[in-house]
Amino acid sequence: MDEKIYGWWLPPDVSVHGAKIDQLMSVLHWFMLLLFIGWGVFFVYCLVRFRARPGHVAVYTPVRGIATKYIEAFVVVVEIFLLFGLSTPVWLAYKNNVPDAKKALHVRLVAEQFAWNFQYPGKDGKFGKNDPSQISGDNPLGIDPEDPAGKDDLVTVNNLHVPTNRPVIVDVSSKDVIHSFNIPVLRVKQDTIPGQQVSIWFEATQTGHFELACAQLCGLGHYRMRGDVLIDTPEEFDKWQTENAPPPPGEPAAAAPEEKK
Amino acid sequence: MSVEHHTAGGNGHGHADHGHHELPFWRKYIFSVDHKVIGIQYAVTALVFLLFGFSLMMLLRWQLAYPGQPLPVLGKLLGETAMPGGVMAPEFYNQLGAMHGTIMVFLGVVPLAVGGFGNFVVPLQIGAPDMAFPRLNMVSYWVFLPGCILMVCSFFANGGAAQSGWTSYPPLSDIAPAGQTMWCLAMVLIITSSLLGSINFIVTIVQLRAKGLTYWRLPFFVHAQLVTAFLLLLAFPPLEAATVMQLMDRLAGTSFFLPSGLVVSGEQLKAAGGGSPLLWQHLFWFLAHPEVYVLILPGMGIVAEVIANNTRKPLWGYRLLVYSVIFIGFMSFVVWAHHMFMTGMGTTMSTFFQTTTMIISIPSVVILTCFIMSLYGGNIRFTAPMLFATAFLPMFAIGGLTGLPLGLTASDIYLHDTFYVIGHFHYVVAPGTLFALFAGIYYWYPKATGRQLSDKLGKVHFWLSFVAINFVFMPMFFQGMAGLSRRLYDPTVYAHGRGVQALNVVISWGAWGLALAQLPFVVNFFMSLRAGARVAENPWHSTTLEWAAPSPPGHGNFLTEPVVYREPYEYSVPGKTKDYSPQFQAEG
Amino acid sequence: MSETVIPYMVKPHPVTGLPNGKFGIWLFLSSEVMLFGALFSSYVLIRIGMPHWPPEGGLSSEVLSVPWGTFNTAVLITSSITMVLAWASCKMGSLPRFKMWMGATVFLALVFLVVKYFEYSDKFHHDHFPSHDNFFAVYFLLTGLHGLHIVGGIIVNTFLLTWGSRMWKTDPEHFTNRVENAGLYWHFVDLVWIFLFPSLYLL
Repeated sequence: MDEKIYGWWLPPDVSVHGAKIDQLMSVLHWFMLLLFIGWGVFFVYCLVRFRARPGHVAVYTPVRGIATKYIEAFVVVVEIFLLFGLSTPVWLAYKNNVPDAKKALHVRLVAEQFAWNFQYPGKDGKFGKNDPSQISGDNPLGIDPEDPAGKDDLVTVNNLHVPTNRPVIVDVSSKDVIHSFNIPVLRVKQDTIPGQQVSIWFEATQTGHFELACAQLCGLGHYRMRGDVLIDTPEEFDKWQTENAPPPPGEPAAAAPEEKK
Repeated sequence: MSVEHHTAGGNGHGHADHGHHELPFWRKYIFSVDHKVIGIQYAVTALVFLLFGFSLMMLLRWQLAYPGQPLPVLGKLLGETAMPGGVMAPEFYNQLGAMHGTIMVFLGVVPLAVGGFGNFVVPLQIGAPDMAFPRLNMVSYWVFLPGCILMVCSFFANGGAAQSGWTSYPPLSDIAPAGQTMWCLAMVLIITSSLLGSINFIVTIVQLRAKGLTYWRLPFFVHAQLVTAFLLLLAFPPLEAATVMQLMDRLAGTSFFLPSGLVVSGEQLKAAGGGSPLLWQHLFWFLAHPEVYVLILPGMGIVAEVIANNTRKPLWGYRLLVYSVIFIGFMSFVVWAHHMFMTGMGTTMSTFFQTTTMIISIPSVVILTCFIMSLYGGNIRFTAPMLFATAFLPMFAIGGLTGLPLGLTASDIYLHDTFYVIGHFHYVVAPGTLFALFAGIYYWYPKATGRQLSDKLGKVHFWLSFVAINFVFMPMFFQGMAGLSRRLYDPTVYAHGRGVQALNVVISWGAWGLALAQLPFVVNFFMSLRAGARVAENPWHSTTLEWAAPSPPGHGNFLTEPVVYREPYEYSVPGKTKDYSPQFQAEG
Repeated sequence: MSETVIPYMVKPHPVTGLPNGKFGIWLFLSSEVMLFGALFSSYVLIRIGMPHWPPEGGLSSEVLSVPWGTFNTAVLITSSITMVLAWASCKMGSLPRFKMWMGATVFLALVFLVVKYFEYSDKFHHDHFPSHDNFFAVYFLLTGLHGLHIVGGIIVNTFLLTWGSRMWKTDPEHFTNRVENAGLYWHFVDLVWIFLFPSLYLL
């Protein structure tokens, strides 16, 4: 994993939708800087020009606020633009453009204290049913052993493999308390709320080894809810999926799916 | 104004009150019904808790700067549960975080800003002899203090104090150790105290204004306190309801906030289920958003008073300020879900809340602009209170501006629950409100005690604090932009955390420096009680009513019934010999 | 230090037309509206989040006793009437009449609580505690907090009936205001029940 990419500002963006978010951040911070410097210059000017000194007096009714009206109007106009020209369209575009389910890789995530449990549907494209009563040490998602759809499901813990250039839909939920699925380089974040399942999506543009962090206080292990995000080429991803798929019924179990902590 | 000629309330004494009989010590200083004594009780209590809450953070900052390292000296003193081998345990870290937030907001800033300054100054500024309900005022304080004690005692509960954030999100808070129950009970007491107090403020401000004191002649500080009182009155009850529900979940086994099928540590939780964690969030934030305006508005009021007084000219845009603060009051009730953008909210709701959030930023911009414009054309005296009030302006600007990326959903995706949020709200409340409160202390100390604080020491206090505080909070924006999550016991677990770890060292040393910077203030505060220069009624040559009363005011406040003749900030009126025309003087 | 004299304790303010206490009670009631509003909103959110209500099936009116609920509604409405009559007796200058009507109000409030005691006992007898499911959690939360408000009202009204009525001798107008303010609070508590009863028992 490349540590050098993490500095004091936004890490690289390896997602399709992230560019617009980064653009909004950029415009916002320039606007904020402009306002701050504008106010700041005037502020310092006043402090110096109007400081008390011998012979200086205050003016009861100084200049009328015509300039201020224009400045306020400018601020309002820019905020309207930020809201309706940038943020809302970006948000709506993201939320309303659900990837085509046929093309997308579907992954189910159930967060728990203090791990990320991922379920891949396998070749049949169907998820096995999750039954809370079946949850155990080696079945963290409680996949129902009777459900045929679950026989080829692949479960990983703290380890998310995705291919580049293919939309990924993650259905997130939680077993116990609220966590938050957060991958900074992919510009995604979604609270995982027990009792609810929320879908988020992204499409990765670059390969690499990145990080998943929990973004909602979830107990004493909140800080160590780290996951590895491995973005593979499509070929590498297929190879990984095949190599780690559960054996067909009747054959002895292969090595357990890789677990990187 | 008509004045009744009988004692206030049927307390059984029955005789006329024109004689001065001395009250016993416990009724004069402990269970006093005098707003000035109660104001000082609130202020002193709040300052103690501000110091305590700050100390919790200073401990926590050790772990952030030097994760996993034993803390010298203190590490052993705090015991093996909290600091095994002198190294902070993650549970203790979470307790420090949750209690720091809770204590600073509910036991520190609001009691000082509203309970302290509001109680002491408002009746004086409106020319009233006391609050409308003096005994209710006393009850408010004595419900508040047990709440505080209970809150702090929660550190001794089995499993430690509350450790689910000041936000106490369930299901985590529902299954947390016993300290969380004490948190809930303490909050019920504190909220009740606040509700009783807010009733008092509103009735006092509306009914007890002196003759000639119309609404448009009220000092801005009073307008700010009036809006604040309405926020407290109407926004707190939903949190009280939610807290009762959380108590029931924890103690009576209900499932208000627990959905079905929870599996905790491998075991199915025995609860009926059917509840919603989001219900708590809605109820909590319905209060907690107006609460942040409760945190800032009194501070803005103080800044207005100090700026007008030290620029020797009227506030610029007084009416605009009043309209803005009222508009903020209304809007603050319809923005709460911007704290919940990442919960899976639909696009309609999130668009609505984004829009209201953008709208509410406008009056804040207007208020800041009015304050800065008030400097223009002034004759600025850089006294200690003025330094703090002046610094408030750029600090609040930074805090307010950094709210913009948080209030817009698209950018919030990235910044939610990162250190950017911590930087944002601390700028508003620490170099924002706390500086305003310091300005208020330097400004009104002479009125409360009859003595001046040392201006020199005040300036040292200011400059040291101003520098240190920016070292504490400015780096946090960079940590947030790097993606670092909040509330992490050890940020170095993550590569993106390691990338900004150097900043954690800077922040922690800044915080410890900030603590040292308060020493001149503490010394000044106590020393001046005995040795400060004595003052008459109006040492600052101010115009508002409180400066008509003696310093300190006696019982009943004013020697003669105050009458108001003009607007609150008539400084440097053309044609007058003095550069100030007090509201209470018949001819300027 | 002498007692401070506060203006408009008894006589109304020329602009607002209210004495301080009445204004204060109305403000308190506005915060109570927010409290019960939050509770009702929570009830709505919880209920619409569940597939069946009551969760175990059947109707609310089969789980809760509509006859007793109706009886309690009549009891509270009557107690509001007796409360008004108590205040009117003060306005008309009769302390004995006031005591009679206020006594009736307190009595009716106690009847309400006794009925609730029987209702609660019956639930507990059938193992229907608040933890049983959210129907009962909501029922006990809403009626429990309402019941606490009834207890508060009983305490205030009993005070006015006993030690508090000593003020009648020195300041009857002030005392009458106190009765009026207590009455406003009492009507509010009654009004909350009028919303509670249909929404919990009937819907």
